[in-house]
Amino acid sequence: MAQIFRPGADTYARMVLLSIVLLPTLAIFLTYLVMRSSTVTGQDFVLHQWPPFSHAHHAGELGIGCRMCHNSVEKAASAGMPSTHVCMTCHSQIWTNAPMLAPVRESLADDKPLHWTRVNDLPDYVYFDHSVHVNNGVGCSTCHGPVDTMPLMRQAAPLTMGWCLDCHRSPEKFVRPTDKIYDFDWQPPADQEEKGKRLLVQYHIETSHLTDCSVCHR
Amino acid sequence: MRRRAPLLPLIALLALAGCDQSMQDQPSIKPYEATAMWPDGTPERGLPDGVVTRGASAALAALSEPPPVSEALLARGRRDFDDFCAPCHGYAGDGDGIVVQRGFPPPPSYHSDRLRAAPASHFVDVITNGYGAMYAYSDRVAPEDRWAITAYIRALQTSRDTALAAVPDAAEALQ
Repeated sequence: MAQIFRPGADTYARMVLLSIVLLPTLAIFLTYLVMRSSTVTGQDFVLHQWPPFSHAHHAGELGIGCRMCHNSVEKAASAGMPSTHVCMTCHSQIWTNAPMLAPVRESLADDKPLHWTRVNDLPDYVYFDHSVHVNNGVGCSTCHGPVDTMPLMRQAAPLTMGWCLDCHRSPEKFVRPTDKIYDFDWQPPADQEEKGKRLLVQYHIETSHLTDCSVCHR
Repeated sequence: MRRRAPLLPLIALLALAGCDQSMQDQPSIKPYEATAMWPDGTPERGLPDGVVTRGASAALAALSEPPPVSEALLARGRRDFDDFCAPCHGYAGDGDGIVVQRGFPPPPSYHSDRLRAAPASHFVDVITNGYGAMYAYSDRVAPEDRWAITAYIRALQTSRDTALAAVPDAAEALQ
């Protein structure tokens, strides 16, 4: 009787068996890599802004506080974006003819609002409130990174759900004292865990419900 | 079974529907989101003429009546002063803030006879309505915070206008 399979068939059979296990694993692993890559999350992307506002200059070099422009950060969900009036507070007097400030002057002359490009854009099914974070020990740089060194704003964090949960699961690793919220030089001290636990008590942060779905999806 | 094989790519195509972003970007308008709904492209609607805003009477009441001065009020005033005023007026109120060093017309020092004699309501009024080259800060500083800033300005003024003899404890501390 003639042989049905050629001698190489065993190798093929083994490869097929191996692929059945390996390929789906590899596919899942690759998908995971792609989903976490900055191409998907937008992390570290610098977006076009016009006017090209520099946080490195205003917040870093000049030391102007965050709240000068992001005025509602302690009171509302949105931190607030600077109106033309806010820019013109200084630029009605200095750099009045600077080409890069042309959109601000046009905005004032035409009574049309400025168009800022949103850098940190959460999905619409996420509820996020700035005030509850900055009033309870989460500093600006925890999520926004070293803004005072960024010539153009970039998204410092991946803004994935896993990243949010890192802090919601163990906030004691991230919370800081009230007077350090706007401090971009703040680094967690060596005994952060211990200090953080005391801060959780001070801020009345109840960790048992911080990871409930409805906290962020409502 | 063989006849169904061409269906597989179709099913795979259907799975792409899972990549739909309509949950990510819902049709509702979020604050500051661009929209084609109004000609100026913004969802923020200005107030129609003559509208009395919510909390307007409370804001007026807070403006006309100074709150009692406490350490907490002074601390809040210092925080707001450092954020909103110090860029031009300087951290000590000399009118030499960083923005002035970059070319903004210098504001007067708080440590002048005229501003020492000025009533507290003058500072609140200037924060509310602006003065000279200074823009109004009513959009950035809440009425009660304007009093807090004023209290801190008074503290700055006092710090330069007090004889050592008036503070016996301080004289002892210096020895």
